[in-house]
Amino acid sequence: MGATASQLDKGMLSEYQELTFLTKQEILLAHKRFSELVPKEEIDRINCRIPMSLILTLPELKSNPFNERICKVFSTSDIKDGSLSFDDFLDLLSAFSDSATLEIKSHYAFRIFDFDDDGTLGRHDLEKLVNCLTGGTDDTNLTPDEMRQLIDNILEESDIDKDGTVNLSEFQHVISRSPDFVSSFKIVL
Amino acid sequence: MPRDSLIASDNDADITLEFEGGEEGGHKERRHREKRRDGSKDRRKRGNGRRRQGSRSVERENEEERVGEREKERKRRVKKDQEAKKRDKEEGDRAQTRSEKTAKAKKNIKNEKRRRSEKGEAGERTEKGKKKVQSAKKEKSVNHGTKDKTHEEKKKKRKKVLETSSEQETSEEDSEDKEDSEDEEVKPESLSPEELEKLKEAVDDKKKLIQSLRGKPWPMKKKLVTLRESQEFLEKYEGALGKGKGRKLYAYKKWMKFQRDFENFKTACIPWEMKIKEIESHFGSSVASYFIFLRWMYGINMILFGLTFGLVMVPEALMGRPYGSIPRKTVPRAEEASAMDFAVLWDFGGYAQYSVLFYGFYSNQRAIGWLKFRMPLSYFLVGVGTVAYSYMVVIRTMARNANESGVGDDNSFNFSWKMFTSWDYLIGNPETADNKFASITTSFKEAILEEQESRKDDNIHLTRFLRVLANFLVLCCLAGSGYLIYFVVRRSQKFALDGLENHTWWERNEVNMVMSLLGMFCPMLFDVISTLENYHPRVALQWQLGRIFALFLGNLYTFIIALMDEINVKRDEEKIVKFNITMWEASLYNGTVSENFTVPPITIHPADVPRGPCWETMVGQEFVRLIISDTMTTYITLLIGDFLRAVLVRFLNHCWCWDLEAGFPSYSEFDVSGNVLGLIFNQGMIWMGAFYAPCLPALNVLRLHVSMYLQCWAVMCCNVPQERVFKASGSNNFYMAMLLVILFLSTLPAIYTIVTIPPSFDCGPFSGKNRMFDVIHETLESDFPAWFSKVFSYASNPGLVLPFILLMV
Repeated sequence: MGATASQLDKGMLSEYQELTFLTKQEILLAHKRFSELVPKEEIDRINCRIPMSLILTLPELKSNPFNERICKVFSTSDIKDGSLSFDDFLDLLSAFSDSATLEIKSHYAFRIFDFDDDGTLGRHDLEKLVNCLTGGTDDTNLTPDEMRQLIDNILEESDIDKDGTVNLSEFQHVISRSPDFVSSFKIVL
Repeated sequence: MPRDSLIASDNDADITLEFEGGEEGGHKERRHREKRRDGSKDRRKRGNGRRRQGSRSVERENEEERVGEREKERKRRVKKDQEAKKRDKEEGDRAQTRSEKTAKAKKNIKNEKRRRSEKGEAGERTEKGKKKVQSAKKEKSVNHGTKDKTHEEKKKKRKKVLETSSEQETSEEDSEDKEDSEDEEVKPESLSPEELEKLKEAVDDKKKLIQSLRGKPWPMKKKLVTLRESQEFLEKYEGALGKGKGRKLYAYKKWMKFQRDFENFKTACIPWEMKIKEIESHFGSSVASYFIFLRWMYGINMILFGLTFGLVMVPEALMGRPYGSIPRKTVPRAEEASAMDFAVLWDFGGYAQYSVLFYGFYSNQRAIGWLKFRMPLSYFLVGVGTVAYSYMVVIRTMARNANESGVGDDNSFNFSWKMFTSWDYLIGNPETADNKFASITTSFKEAILEEQESRKDDNIHLTRFLRVLANFLVLCCLAGSGYLIYFVVRRSQKFALDGLENHTWWERNEVNMVMSLLGMFCPMLFDVISTLENYHPRVALQWQLGRIFALFLGNLYTFIIALMDEINVKRDEEKIVKFNITMWEASLYNGTVSENFTVPPITIHPADVPRGPCWETMVGQEFVRLIISDTMTTYITLLIGDFLRAVLVRFLNHCWCWDLEAGFPSYSEFDVSGNVLGLIFNQGMIWMGAFYAPCLPALNVLRLHVSMYLQCWAVMCCNVPQERVFKASGSNNFYMAMLLVILFLSTLPAIYTIVTIPPSFDCGPFSGKNRMFDVIHETLESDFPAWFSKVFSYASNPGLVLPFILLMV
């Protein structure tokens, strides 16, 4: 399971087409871009993993404030370092593709926003989220007052069972009513 | 231990078959065999483990790895190290497939046992099998609702592993003698109908599972494993169940592959994909949505072009009478001198007027050429067909969009949406990303402020008064622009009566220029007025769009009314010309009648025949001129407003008092809504005029093609990403709705003229008829068998049609 160095074999290609939302050209393009990132020494290893630092050099991910979270969420490596194999990379592209369903996108969005991986979005997660969105530098951050009010508003809107956190189903409920989500949650190579 | 020996003996059988030719000494063989026995057992376990567990049972994998490593060390003692490894691998695969086969065969075996009813566990095993399928389904629903989904997955995985390993062991126990016959044993007749049903259900479930795999949020490994399992299961059983063992599955597979290839081909054929992706990454999705809309329009216009070109222009050009053969196809003698002048051609007079481009060229022969092509009928039907096709496409797109986007409830989750959906993941440019950060920050701050302010008591009355005032001002503007256009059109009619050559270029093209200028400046005025209203930006945008829409509509309709006046003038002229022609013909014959009473045929050159004013061609010409001037205005404003401005800002910046880039002119932003509206209105004009000027769709295709490249270049070169990025993406259906309204409103005048005004007597495919749609009646009478027209005339009895329509409604 994984790609050989220079060629993606046909059987795997058709399986990938079956299992992801990507077209054949997109899979081949993904394979090409992935192979470009593989360091020379490892080019013969089947199923090699690319470290997160290399993945983040991709222009599509470089400017994204959530790039590290994305890598961590899609990575299936044992040491949880955010490194991606080709399978993981395809999973990533499939979830972010144009034809992916709302369910898949909202599922992965939830996991990306869940900074502490505890299965819910608590105050801490939301604060980190806001800081990511405002650029992370000191002069663009919100004041603590504003932050508190913002998070209060959000919890008031989305937290249906009033337990102080947003869980997956509440998140999906909010997202499904949004007109912009599907069109903005897209990454195309 | 008996199990081990059984397993070993299986593998041995395999191995000895394999290694019959080309193994070395006997004792080495035995040692190989021993090692392989252990190795394959381990590998099979590993294979099982890999196959069954999928992603998360880390411990098990580690275990296998450790076992594997021990085994590897043992191998190193053997001399032919690498060979052994290779063979081990091959054999491991074989063992894997074998074990897979045996695992799959368990279902066979289950069935057999049920049949023979040897063991009570058989029922248990079918349950386990079904559970497996159902647990796969459950997992999907479980995933949605739980917090510990990973936990549950692990539990289920372990359960599965336990189940299957226990199944496997028990099956291996019993299956030794049956393994040879596993491939041919399952026959549908051998199962009871109940079991057949269950099997069919399982097969359907597997199929559904395969199709739903891509929508599951599982990692790839797990998906691959499940896919392969299910495919093997299907292969085994679909063939067995179906008529014709593998043929049905084979056909199904081929069909799926064909569908997939076709989808790939279709996506590869979409033009300009790379350009739009680049724009998306720089400017975000709202600007790109304009270009996607433009591309969609291009597609529609291509089809319209195909219809008009293929069914109307080409037949007339190839099979109709050539230029110069009959009066309507020839430039009149008086105009001949200037017919090739560029100025005349630019105005679509001269040779351009007397060509397939316009209505007047077409002759009213019922059937032309050796194909007996019914020209008038085709002309009429193509006209109707373009409108029908456009309706169909727009409505279908609206329906599709309505499914996708949710109900745009603006304020219910305001903050949450800002948090979760405001980042545009398509942005790949750091500058744009910075812009986006800034805009998100401002929008957060604004939203917080707004929330605080709305908690206070608002001065509702002042706001309401201001809004009413703003609407009043806007109405004044609209009325003013409508009057201006009317005035200008009247003036141009006066000029026309005086003779066009006496006036300047401006006076000749006044109407078009005024309309384009109004279209440029009024929206800015509306923008200023709307600051009075103090609406939420999204609502303000919709008001703005609505007002611009009303402006364009008003202009268009004033234009049409003016055109109607001209048509009436031309029709009066026609009556006079008809009268004159009879006089003229009489005068021709008068000259010769004195000689004898047999009248010789008089040949007159077609250019000399006096011509009626062809109002249809005139209408077509007006539309073509309007579109050309509109296009020119758009391109010139683009070049001056965007490009020149960018050049000035860039190069004058270092020698100017204030910072041009941050301050007053700065670089322009791409005005999405303005451009979309412009596009929609152009399309409306095409629909209006396409009946009278078949060249319009062709012109539009050219125009859209050029627009695409020009605007793509201009956007990348001269525009900066918007500062306030609020997506008009929810307005996708809004634009479609506007398009539909425009379609309806623009086909109304054309339909009105077709139905009420009699066609000109000497030009066009309907000349000589009382009404244009008489061609249908004529065709029904003469081309269809007699009974058909009788039936139709009965069916078109109003007394029958009305109740039918009421019933349908």
